[in-house]
Amino acid sequence: MSTEVESLVQREYKYGFVTDIDADIAPKGLNEDIVRLISSKKGEPAWLLEWRLKAFRAWQKMEEPRWPNVRYEPVDYQAISYYAAPKTATPLGSLDEVDPKLLETYRKLGIPLDEQKLLAGVAVDAIFDSVSVGTTYRRQLAERGIIFCSFGEAVREHPGLVQAYLGSVVPASDNFFAALNSAVFSDGSFVYVPKGVTCPMELSTYFRINAQGTGQFERTLIVADEGATVSYLEGCTAPKRDENQLHAAVVELVALPGATIKYSTVQNWYAGDEEGKGGIYNFVTKRGKAFDRAKISWTQVETGSAITWKYPSVILQGDDAVGEFYSVAVVNGRQQADTGTKMIHIGRNTRSTVVSKGISAGRGQNSYRGLVKILPKADGARNYTQCDSMLIGNRCGAHTFPYIDVQNATGAVEHEASTSKIGEDQIFYLKSRGLSTENAISVIVNGFCKEVFKELPMEFAVEAQKLLGVSLEGSVG
Amino acid sequence: MLEIRGLTANVGDKEILKGIDLTINAGEVHAIMGPNGSGKSTLAQVLAGHPAYEVTGGSVRFDGRDLLDLEPEERAHAGLFLAFQYPVEIPGVTNSYFLRAAYNEFRKARGLEEADPMDFLDLLEEKLKVVEWGPEIMGRAVNHGFSGGEKKRNEILQMAVLEPKLAILDETDSGLDIDALRIVANGVNRLRRPDNAFLLVTHYQRLLNYVVPDVVHVLAGGRIVKSGGKELALELEARGYEWVDEPAGVA
Repeated sequence: MSTEVESLVQREYKYGFVTDIDADIAPKGLNEDIVRLISSKKGEPAWLLEWRLKAFRAWQKMEEPRWPNVRYEPVDYQAISYYAAPKTATPLGSLDEVDPKLLETYRKLGIPLDEQKLLAGVAVDAIFDSVSVGTTYRRQLAERGIIFCSFGEAVREHPGLVQAYLGSVVPASDNFFAALNSAVFSDGSFVYVPKGVTCPMELSTYFRINAQGTGQFERTLIVADEGATVSYLEGCTAPKRDENQLHAAVVELVALPGATIKYSTVQNWYAGDEEGKGGIYNFVTKRGKAFDRAKISWTQVETGSAITWKYPSVILQGDDAVGEFYSVAVVNGRQQADTGTKMIHIGRNTRSTVVSKGISAGRGQNSYRGLVKILPKADGARNYTQCDSMLIGNRCGAHTFPYIDVQNATGAVEHEASTSKIGEDQIFYLKSRGLSTENAISVIVNGFCKEVFKELPMEFAVEAQKLLGVSLEGSVG
Repeated sequence: MLEIRGLTANVGDKEILKGIDLTINAGEVHAIMGPNGSGKSTLAQVLAGHPAYEVTGGSVRFDGRDLLDLEPEERAHAGLFLAFQYPVEIPGVTNSYFLRAAYNEFRKARGLEEADPMDFLDLLEEKLKVVEWGPEIMGRAVNHGFSGGEKKRNEILQMAVLEPKLAILDETDSGLDIDALRIVANGVNRLRRPDNAFLLVTHYQRLLNYVVPDVVHVLAGGRIVKSGGKELALELEARGYEWVDEPAGVA
């Protein structure tokens, strides 16, 4: 069977096209001058430049982490260009002024930025290489006091909010990649939902790396004020290129007392070819801080990238805070993923749930790495972790690294793990009921991921199922 | 409908089927009986196209087509159904989703549109009666956490939805209590029509009290060693399989 299944596990990456557009690209390499150049290109205030420089100096003293269960050629950080922007004469007043080539790019990706054709009920911020090219539905959101804009714009228009929360969850020197991002981040999305407001629509950022020899370093900051509720989704693609491109993003979520933030990711960066040539290095730091009675929920469907290194985490700072992590990670070809979460219980009666589904096909290597930490004052903290792995074929691998650190005797931590192999018998059973091998695998895999998919916003659950099919074999419906 | 000539098949290096000849016509119910290891289940699996079995010789024609040339899903579309001895669990996939997916694959194979979900629900409601089930079973994952009896009933439900021309029931009666056996047998009887046929693979005569076969075959050592009417099953029950192994008993 394995050869039959593996022959099906060939992929076609349909987002691998390149947009031919004039770009303003910084010279390769990284030094203080480049950091200053980025800051001045963006017209930033002095405090932000200082913040960047501090991060850069910290980064210079740090070492790239070697503990993840992934193997790759060392990244030459001096061979990357840290800023690329499509050339536009002036700052954009509205979407009508966006270069038609950019609009066309997003249309091909299925992300129309033209407000008449928008996905109903989803506001989109589109990030092309280093800059935001447009944000939709802004006026409707502003009526409720919700701020949804590019990071650069937030720095200009809402400096107080940005300064108050930037780095409050992921400090500039948190880790090697977060420090790098803090020094050179170019753009990203900013969201602020005022007290007691429930955001009436899904907010979404769509990331696209286009230029060659560049990295993407975006920064997302979401602040939900007391009692506010927001659901946010990010999607990512990149052209097929022979070189590896670095994506080192930082996402910070702040859920003030009683607030709820739901953050969903459908990640489909280019994964490289079958031999492992090219593809995105996805080294991302995502963390949220939940205050009293607040809830932060991460849902991720990770199907792309050559290497994935990310651990969306929740610091359960306040009493009765809730943290959730639902993940589907698929590796195929030569992809490697080391992903999971950290749940840090600080407040009393804090609760966290972790559901991780790892799927390995081809020669992919998939590792779940999770930390559940219950600190001394977290009376009555609870965690439930479920970690399931599925293997397709004989040449892939699944690994699990759970870390549990309980420092309070009233804490309760449950961990369940399973590993299964898509069996010849399951496939034969479905085939004997008239399903093709492709559809049989699709049905089995979707069943396996069901607990995670049901956490995704409706529109994207369908998208995710399709994406999973594409990653596993070209066209599983 | 089904014509098997000189069929031989291996698992690994071991020859299990050593030359099977069998003809089944529309409207007939055949039973294949035999001791453990005689090749009954192998025959069922080979007909359905399980990849672990290698056909080494002979031919199988089904409705005029070369069955051995078809993929398992094509055999299903052509009207062959195997009720599994050990139905497989598919966690996370509901029975209703699975049945609708299978039903629509059949429609697609016939060049028809996918069924309207509401129409399919109506159809399902009818089919559930065949196995005396309420709609609650449809929300459960396929065979996941089902008892042995429920799994077998679920096979009959699938058969009712897919309406095969030839249904092979591989020891569908084994492990059933008397009530489940009655439900399964009634299900088969309700689905019997002049234009379809059944092949019942079984150890015991008791299923045949409920589903009366037209022909009974005895399989031993990879060959059909005796065929007869429904009385043969009773005789086997009384005298045991050793009786047919005696050379004098070979027909």
